[in-house]
Amino acid sequence: MSAPAATADTRLPSALRLGISRIVVELKEFFRDRESAVFNFMLPMFLLVIFGSVFSGQELGPTGITFAQYFVAGMIASGILYTSFQNLAISIPLERENGSLKRLQGTPMPKMAYFVGKVGMVFTAYVAQVVILIAVGVAFYDIELPSTADRWFAFVWISVLGLFSCTLCGIAFSTVPKRAKGASALVTPIVLVLQFTSGVFFLFQDLPSWMQTFASLFPLKWLTQGMRYVFLPDSAQALEVAGAWELPRIALVLSLWVVLGLVLALVFFRWQRRGDG
Amino acid sequence: MTSAIRVRGLTKHYGDLAAVDGIDLDVEVGECVALLGPNGAGKTTTVEILEGYRQRDSGDVEVLGHDPHHRDRVWRARLGIVLQSASDLADVTVAEAVAHFAAYFPRPRDVGEVIEAVGLAEKRDTRGDKLSGGQRRRLDVALGIIGRPELLFLDEPTTGFDPEARRGFWELIRSLQDGGTTIVLTTHYLDEAEALADRVGVISRGRLLEIGPPETLGGRSELTAAVSWREDGEVRIEHTDHPTGLVRDLADRFGGEVPELSVTRPTLEEVYLSLVGEAALEADS
Repeated sequence: MSAPAATADTRLPSALRLGISRIVVELKEFFRDRESAVFNFMLPMFLLVIFGSVFSGQELGPTGITFAQYFVAGMIASGILYTSFQNLAISIPLERENGSLKRLQGTPMPKMAYFVGKVGMVFTAYVAQVVILIAVGVAFYDIELPSTADRWFAFVWISVLGLFSCTLCGIAFSTVPKRAKGASALVTPIVLVLQFTSGVFFLFQDLPSWMQTFASLFPLKWLTQGMRYVFLPDSAQALEVAGAWELPRIALVLSLWVVLGLVLALVFFRWQRRGDG
Repeated sequence: MTSAIRVRGLTKHYGDLAAVDGIDLDVEVGECVALLGPNGAGKTTTVEILEGYRQRDSGDVEVLGHDPHHRDRVWRARLGIVLQSASDLADVTVAEAVAHFAAYFPRPRDVGEVIEAVGLAEKRDTRGDKLSGGQRRRLDVALGIIGRPELLFLDEPTTGFDPEARRGFWELIRSLQDGGTTIVLTTHYLDEAEALADRVGVISRGRLLEIGPPETLGGRSELTAAVSWREDGEVRIEHTDHPTGLVRDLADRFGGEVPELSVTRPTLEEVYLSLVGEAALEADS
């Protein structure tokens, strides 16, 4: 083996380059892990196929909007939660337990590169998921795509705010499970409860008001509502509880969750297990 | 000679337990030091303080001229760390993992060369979760040396290796030593310490009981030798401070070859066990 350097070359690889390198590794791990590929990536597609087939041809009241059109908005919003919060809140405890984080901590990797890797993985996985989801919807369930630039623009900012807030919350939540094995048993019910109360599976306006109030505290309700603006015609606005799309409020709540998520992640994220170090 | 590691009065407590209870240690550049000791003796805690993973309670620590507590990236790039058992990297291949970790360092070794050196050339496209225990450990070592470290920490590197794999691993470590790498090794295998280390330190109950070359540890080289041979159909053993004289007498008596002759000093294991045993007795009394 060749000799080590007498003097260390101080020119370390840039954090940006390593962040990109992390994204590639994160994506390999995300897609190659069967559990992650099914529950974080494929699930919205499965659910769209199941619900789209069961409620095939049904419309929401007299609006002429198909159930599938309504449901695809909820599935895209859920996809944000799956690829970011659910994904990270389950996988980071495992990384903490199996020595992955400790190994990284022992290298000259800048810590920021790790988080860049997570964010890059989440965004890439989400984009791929949305493309497939929309393709399936258009091909089999006559989903109509948004026709105005306004709606596509809203689609982008709602997705970005949603992904950032839920990614940060997932990073923060990753310190909650005591054992990696129990993480999914803790995270999955949270995601399910949010989905049931946020108008993903049922029409939001049909839910009891206390449930609506509860859901309003969390991002998913606003993500789902925002995606309804993107995918439903303006005539559907009448079905909203507020009677309007409430885009400014959606932006406000999601932005608050980005800030809250950042604070929680900074306060609670740990590289090592409790009791170590 | 310059020190790669300099430790004075190191302590670390967990609650009431003194995991490290006043350790002094110097490791010279280019040296290989093995730390031996029972489980829970404080080996891993000591090493993890040196690696910058844990904070000490008191004492002075310098690793490659810096306090590991104030570690930065430049310092980290000069270190190689092989931790105890890890099970990460399940979904990436050997080649992908080594190439990825190479990217963290300013002057990494050649990826193919390192994979070859740890004996994983045939497994380069195998994912982590499909490797055997020994192969996984060799991947850990590959990731530890890919950055061309000046100082390499190995925490129980060969646990779970078969004897042949262990010999292969020793060869690899010797080649790193020949290249000038400073090595700190913790192990449960005394033959490993004896084969690799310039000096062996015995840690028990948070204290460094003794440190020295394996052949003189615990006054080993001056201890009574045991001479054994076969005579009249039975094995005879005699303990003596003058084995050479005894062997000469035996040679004269047998008029040539002495049947089954052997001269042994206490093994490193015997010295180690007596050191650790004494420490335990002292602590209990």
